[in-house]
Amino acid sequence: MSFDNLLPVFIVMSSLVPGVMIFFLREGSHRIRTLLNLLGAFLKLLLVGIMIWGVFHERVYETQFLIAPGLEFRLHADALSVLFVTLSTVLWMVTTIYAIGYLENSPHRSRFFGFFSLCVTATVGLALAGNLFTFLIFYEVLTLVTYPLVAHRGTPEAIRGARIYLTYTLVGGAVLLFGIIWLKSLVGTVAFVQGGILGAVDPALYPQLKIIFLLLMIGLGVKAAIVPLHGWLPKAMVAPAPVSALLHAVAVVKAGAFGIIRVVYDVYGVEFAHELGLLIALGIAASITIIYGSLRALSQDNLKKRLAYSTISQVSYIALGASILGPVATIGGVVHLVHQGIMKITLFFAAGNYAETLGVHKISEMDGIGKRMPGTTLAFTMGALGMIGVPPVAGFITKWYLGVGALNAGVGQWILPVLLLSSLLNAAYFLPILYRAWFKESQGAWPDERIPAGGLETHGALLWPPIITAIMALAVGLLAAAPYSPLEWVQLIAYREYGQ
Amino acid sequence: MIDALIWVILIPLLGGLVAVLFPRIAGITGILSTAGMVFACLVLIKLVADSGPQVYLVGGWSAGLGISLYADGLSSLFLLMTAMIALAVSIYASSYFRQSHLRLHYWPLWLLLLSALSALLLASDLFNIYVTLELLGISAVALTALDGKRPAVEAAVRYLVLGLLGSLGFLAGVALLYAAYGSLDLATLATRIQPGAASWAAAALMTAGLMIKTALFPMHFWLPPAHANAPAPVSAALSALVVKAAFYLVLRLWLDLFGVSLSGGVSTLIGLLGAAAVLWGSWCALQAERLKVLAAYSTVAQIGYLFIFLALILEMPVGIPRDEAIAGLMLMALSHGFAKSAFFLSTGIIQQRQGHDRIKELAGAVQGMPVTTFTLALAGIALIGLPISGAFLGKWQLIDGALYLHDWLLALVVLAGSLLASAYIFRVLGQAFGNSPYPTKVLSIGMQEIPAMVLALIATLVLGLASGPIWPFLEVTVMSGRAGM
Amino acid sequence: MLSVQMIYGLAGVLLFTFALRVALSQVAFLRRVLAINVAGAGLFLVFISAAYKGAGQPADPVPHALVLTGIVVAFSATALAIALARRLHRPSDDD
Repeated sequence: MSFDNLLPVFIVMSSLVPGVMIFFLREGSHRIRTLLNLLGAFLKLLLVGIMIWGVFHERVYETQFLIAPGLEFRLHADALSVLFVTLSTVLWMVTTIYAIGYLENSPHRSRFFGFFSLCVTATVGLALAGNLFTFLIFYEVLTLVTYPLVAHRGTPEAIRGARIYLTYTLVGGAVLLFGIIWLKSLVGTVAFVQGGILGAVDPALYPQLKIIFLLLMIGLGVKAAIVPLHGWLPKAMVAPAPVSALLHAVAVVKAGAFGIIRVVYDVYGVEFAHELGLLIALGIAASITIIYGSLRALSQDNLKKRLAYSTISQVSYIALGASILGPVATIGGVVHLVHQGIMKITLFFAAGNYAETLGVHKISEMDGIGKRMPGTTLAFTMGALGMIGVPPVAGFITKWYLGVGALNAGVGQWILPVLLLSSLLNAAYFLPILYRAWFKESQGAWPDERIPAGGLETHGALLWPPIITAIMALAVGLLAAAPYSPLEWVQLIAYREYGQ
Repeated sequence: MIDALIWVILIPLLGGLVAVLFPRIAGITGILSTAGMVFACLVLIKLVADSGPQVYLVGGWSAGLGISLYADGLSSLFLLMTAMIALAVSIYASSYFRQSHLRLHYWPLWLLLLSALSALLLASDLFNIYVTLELLGISAVALTALDGKRPAVEAAVRYLVLGLLGSLGFLAGVALLYAAYGSLDLATLATRIQPGAASWAAAALMTAGLMIKTALFPMHFWLPPAHANAPAPVSAALSALVVKAAFYLVLRLWLDLFGVSLSGGVSTLIGLLGAAAVLWGSWCALQAERLKVLAAYSTVAQIGYLFIFLALILEMPVGIPRDEAIAGLMLMALSHGFAKSAFFLSTGIIQQRQGHDRIKELAGAVQGMPVTTFTLALAGIALIGLPISGAFLGKWQLIDGALYLHDWLLALVVLAGSLLASAYIFRVLGQAFGNSPYPTKVLSIGMQEIPAMVLALIATLVLGLASGPIWPFLEVTVMSGRAGM
Repeated sequence: MLSVQMIYGLAGVLLFTFALRVALSQVAFLRRVLAINVAGAGLFLVFISAAYKGAGQPADPVPHALVLTGIVVAFSATALAIALARRLHRPSDDD
C-alpha cells in the first residue's frame, strides 16, 4: 500500500472526514466549522496538486479492492478524472466561502455544511472512479447527499422540489444500474479503459449493446438534464443559492455529463460508438436539449429559473462534443466541463447576491441594479458574455472547438446551425438582463433590502467569490494557450484517447 | 474448542434460567448472555474458517441416534448475525423495559427464543429442526402477546394457529421422508433421496409449511399485525431473526436435500411468489400509516427478494455463477437482518418519545432526534438497496443472476421493488426537513439510540464495503455442502 | 391385501388430511386448535406405523421417541393457545 495507492482515497477522505465531524458540531460553533471546511479544502487542493503533477508525468495512482467476486471497487486517476477533480475542488472551496456568507444566521448550518462536504466527497469519488461499478456507487451516494441540500429550507416547496428531484434521480439510477449489470453480464468487465472495452465484442451482441447504450444514457441523462429528463432541475431551484451553484456547476449536472463522457470514450470507445450509430442519437438528443433549454429560458422571469434552463441547454454542449467524432470536438466538449462550470457558478453567485442583498428574484426587478451592486453585476456580465460565446471569455473557446470539430467530422451542416442558433438565443435571453442592469434606472426601492449599501455593496463573503470566478472565466479564456490551462489539459486527454 | 457449538445454545438457555430465578438482574443477565453468544459465535466462525464445517455430538451419542450439531459457513454466518442483533436488541431492551413490569416476562422468553434459534441454526437432523422450530414459534408467539392488549393477543393467536399449521406441514414431510428412507439425518438423507412420490410430497409439505412460517406471499397476512403490535425489541427480533430462521431452513433443505434431485417447475413457482411478495409487500408498505406496519410489510417484500434468489439458484447449474448468487443471497439476508432490526429499534425510540408511530405526524420527533433519524436513514438505504450497503451488492447479484438466466421479468420486478421501497422510505425521511428548533445535544435519548445506530452502520458501511471476506468464507463451506460430514 | 402397517399408515394420513381441512375452514379458535391436535395425532400414527419392522421383530425405537417428543410439543403449544384464548375472552381491562 504505497502512497500512490492511497492518494485517491486520501483525496476522497479529505472532505469526508471534515464533513462527518461537522455534523456533530453545535449550531453556534461556526468558527470551528469554517476551520474544518477550509482545512479540508486546502488539504484536498494540495493532494490534487500532487495528483496533477503525477498524472502529467504518467504516474499511476490507483486504489482497488474486491468488494465481491467480479465486483471491483476501483479508484484510478487519469487525465480526465484529474480535470474533474480539480474543478470540483477549486469550485467547492469558493462555494464554501460563499455559503458561509449566504447562510449566516440561518438554521441548520451544521447539517448543511456536513452534507455539503459529503456532496463534494461523492463528486470527487465519481471523478476518480475507475469502472462503472464504482462510478455508480458514488453516483447514487451523490443523489442521497444532495437531497437534504435541496430540501434544506424545509418549506413545503423545498420538500416538494426535493421529492421531485429524488424521484427523477432514483429512477435514473435504477435504469443506470440495470444497464451496467446487463453490460457486465455480456462483456465481463465494466472498467474504464481509454479507447473503450468493447473492441473485440461479437457482432451478434450489437443490438443488445445499442439498447444498453440507450439505458446508460437515460440513467446519466437524468442528472445531465437532457430533454425530456430535465424536469427536476427547475424545481430544484428552491434550494439556497450556494446549493444551486454547486449542483449546477460542479456536482450533479456535471456528474451526469461526466458519466456520458466516460461511457462514450472509456467504455464504448468513440469509434465503436460511431460505428454503431449511437453518436448520432446522442447528438440529436443533445441538440434538441440545447435549443429547447434556450427557448424555455427566454420566457422565464425568475432569474434562477432562467439560469436553470440555461444550464439545461449549456450542459448538452458537453454531450454534443462527445457525439462528434474527432479530437477537436472532443476537446470542445470536455473543456466545456470546466468552462461552463466556472461561468455558471459565477452567474448563480450573482443571482444569490441579488436575492440576499436586495430581495431581487425576478429579472423585472433588476432595473439599474448595476449601479447599486457593480461588482456583482460585473461578474454576472462576464459570465453572461461567456455563455453567449463572446471572446475572450471561456465560452467562446468551447463553441469554436465544437464548430471546427463538427466541420472536421463532416457533420458541420447541422451542428453549426445549432451552435449559431443557440448563441443567438443565449444572447436573446442574457443581453436584455445586462441592458436592464446597466442601462436602466432603478424603479424605486428594492423589494427587500437586507444588506444596506455601505463600503462594499454586500458582504465580503458574498462578493468575492463571484468576482474570483469571473476572473477565472476570463483568465481561462485569455490564457488558454498557457501550460496547465484547462484547454491544454483537455488536449492532453484527447491525445491520449485518440492515440489508441 | 468444539464446545463453541454447544455454548452458543447453552449460554442464552442458562441466561433465561437465571432471568426467571433472579428477576432483578434479568436485564444484565440478558446483555451478558448475548455478549457471550457473540463471543462464542466469533470463536465458531474462526474455527469454521480454519478447519471447515464443525460437528458436535451432544452427549457423545453417535449420529443417527443422538443429536448432532453442525456448523458450516452458512449457519455460522446466520448465527453471528443473530448474536450481534440479539446483543444490540438486549441493550436497547434493558432501557426500553426499565420502567415496565413486562420485563419479568420479556427476558426469560427472549433468551429462550435465542437458544431455540441457535439450536435451529445448528441442527442437522429433521426432527431436531422440528422441535427447535416449535420452540422458536412458541416463544415468538408469547413475546408477540407480551403487552397483553387486545390487538397484540389477537395477532399472537393468528400467528400461533398459522405457525402450528406450518409446523404440521413440516412434520408431515418429516414423517413421509422417514417412512420412505428410514433416516432423519440430513447428510444421510441426502445420499438416499430419490425423485418419487414420497420425496415430492415431502418437499411440497415441508416447503409449504415453512412458507407459512417465513411469511411468503400469499401466506404473509399474519406478519403485519404481529410485528406491528409487539413491543419494539420484539418486533426487531421477529422481523430480523425469526422469519429468517424459517427461510434458512428452506434454503438448507433445498440446497442440501431436495435441490439435488428435484427441481422443475418449483423454481418458477417460488420465483413468482417471491415476485408477488416484493410488489405486494412494497405496495402495502407505501400505504401504511404507522411506521411499524410499514416495516412489517417491508419485511414481507424482503422475504420475496430472498425467494427470488432461491428460485434463481435452483435453476442455475453448479458453478461460479451459482456460488456468487448464494453469496449474494447471504449478503442480502444479513443486510436486511441488521437494517430491519435497526429500523424497528428506532421506531421504538420514536414511539417512546411521541407516544405513537403515525407516519404523518413524525416531523417533530424526527427532527428532534438526529441520531435516530440518521439510523433510520441508514437502515432505509440498506432496505432500498442503495449504495453503500450490503443489500446493494446483494441486489446487484440478484439482477445479475436473473439476467444470466435471461429472466427479464424477475430483474424488472427487483428494480420496481427498489423504487417502491425508495418511495416508502423517503416518505418517512422527508419529514426530517421541517422547521422545528434544532437540538443542542446530538444524542437526545442517549444510550438507547446507540445500539440501533451500530446495527444500521453494520448494514451499510460494514457489509457494503468490507464484506470481501464473506465470499471466500462461504465458498469454502457452503458450496461443498455436507460432503465433509 | 393391505398389510397392518399400511392400514395404520393410511389411517394416519386420512386423519391428518381431514383434520387439516377442518383447521383451515373453521373460524372458531378452539375448534382449530383441536383440529390441529388431531392432525398431529394423525402424523404420529404415520410415524408409528413406520416403526413396524415385521411380525416378531423389535420395533424401530426412533419413531417412538419422536412421537413422544411430538406429543409433548403439541401439548405445550395447545396450552399456550388456550391461555391466549382465555386472555381474549376476559373483559378488557385497562392494562
